[in-house]
Amino acid sequence: MTEKISEDQVKHVAGLAKLKIDDDQLPYFTTQLDKIIGLFETLSEVDTEGVEPTSSVTDQVNVMREDVAEDWHQQQALLDNAPDTQDGYIRTPTIIDESGENE
Amino acid sequence: MNFQTTIGLEVHVELKTNSKIFSPSPVEFGDTPNANTNVIDWGYPGVLPTTNKGVVHDGIMAGLALHAQIEPKPHFDRKNYFYPDNPKAYQITQSETPIAHDGWVEIEVDGKKKKIGIAEMHIEEDAGKNTHAVEHSYVDLNRQGTPLIEIVSKPDIESPDEAYAYLEQLRQIVQFTGISDVKMEEGSMRVDTNISIRPLGQKEYGTKVEMKNINSFNYVRKSLEYEEQRQQRVLMSGGVIQQETRRFDETTGKTELMRVKEGSDDYRYFPEPDLPVLEISQDWIDQINEELPEPPAKRREHYVNELGITDYDAMVITQTKEMSDFYDAMIKAGADAKLAANYLQGDVNAYLNDNQVDLQNTKITPDHLATMVKLITDGTISSKMAKKVFKAITKGDDPKAFVEEKGMVQLSDPAKLQPIVDDVVAANPQSVEDFHNGKDRAIGFLVGQIMKQTHGKANPQVVNKMLKESMSK
Repeated sequence: MTEKISEDQVKHVAGLAKLKIDDDQLPYFTTQLDKIIGLFETLSEVDTEGVEPTSSVTDQVNVMREDVAEDWHQQQALLDNAPDTQDGYIRTPTIIDESGENE
Repeated sequence: MNFQTTIGLEVHVELKTNSKIFSPSPVEFGDTPNANTNVIDWGYPGVLPTTNKGVVHDGIMAGLALHAQIEPKPHFDRKNYFYPDNPKAYQITQSETPIAHDGWVEIEVDGKKKKIGIAEMHIEEDAGKNTHAVEHSYVDLNRQGTPLIEIVSKPDIESPDEAYAYLEQLRQIVQFTGISDVKMEEGSMRVDTNISIRPLGQKEYGTKVEMKNINSFNYVRKSLEYEEQRQQRVLMSGGVIQQETRRFDETTGKTELMRVKEGSDDYRYFPEPDLPVLEISQDWIDQINEELPEPPAKRREHYVNELGITDYDAMVITQTKEMSDFYDAMIKAGADAKLAANYLQGDVNAYLNDNQVDLQNTKITPDHLATMVKLITDGTISSKMAKKVFKAITKGDDPKAFVEEKGMVQLSDPAKLQPIVDDVVAANPQSVEDFHNGKDRAIGFLVGQIMKQTHGKANPQVVNKMLKESMSK
């Protein structure tokens, strides 16, 4: 079948993106992703010997703002736009803490 | 079999900037939920972050205070994960080029000094806060985007006591720079730990167990002590340590399993495309270096070696820069170094604890406290009277005026005391006899009588001396 990415890896990546893929859809996406990776691999044909890794594609440097607080008065508009709110909070279905990073 | 412990600490410090790291929303606490948020904090489509210069400044400052190398060309990276406190579904942090790396903190445990290395320091954004209830969870994004510095130690910490000492030093050093309140109880300092043990002599580290968000230095030490013992028991009974995250239960003093880690976290870091890279000039670094106040360790050295106070007192006084500055001002105002230290670590600290307030938010001034100390040293008031004077100082009253107004002047003049001493000696022949029979308590009784007659104003040292002289005649 495919060589560059396995069905298990596709499942894993889908999981990370919180996408649910049925088992019968797996071969379809695996083939697609495999082609995309193949496309990217052409990039590796470029000789990058001695070229510093790029972390930004703009040539801007040191664009910073002074540490001044501004109130944009968007609280109400943002809450009005939230799917569900209560007492100024965004209300969500009960979250099971998977990260362990929250109390 | 004996084991060797390796501890790593990740400390998050919340910065006291005016605005958030990537949006100009105010950084403030205690406001109504979501008050300090805007479209950037909510991760709306099409918005762009802008780096807060103050955060970069503070990151450099922390780096310099911790003797670290400053990265000349840092950039930000995206750490991808889904969680409702993080509406963008990624955190902007640093992975490839932390703002500073290779620093150290010097600690002292049982009289032994040791340098604990700091691997790296990142500047990054905090997430919002979730509150969980049975039917729903509630999200407040006020904290989203609050600037943090994450300080990652090298695996140099070899005991829970060293971990405690490291945290204490780190807290003080950062506190002195003024970039953060570094208060565990308010969440402006947060500690994650990891600990592994291995048989003595083994080269490879053992499997790490992580513990997150332990809320005091003491609990950090206790949880590490417990974990050290637990891992030894597991290994001694032929078991295997699994890579897991554990929680410290404060009531039982034990750690318990939270979740088992399967494989390493897959955060898919990549350079943040929405933010241009930074270039930090040596000029800027030099300038920030100039702003750095004298570190707490230097001040302690000065206090112990030149002012002659104890290590313990010096440690207490350098808990915060405000306290240390306060002490310096008292010395400058002419207060006795030891007595000033005693009052700071005694009455003043007790007052701060009782009222849950910071020194700079009280009415106590260095001048007033120094004046009180001088009144004690020159014998004007007794340390007992000083209790009342101290109370007045906490209300902002001038100690000298207070002492005069209350007529609290200590009676130290022997000429005035002599008749009272004579009266008391004459009226208590039994005590005098007891004294001659070697009963030390008798003199205490006589001093008490004199204090009673003078309404507590007599100088006890002077009275003591006069009584002895009078009875030895």
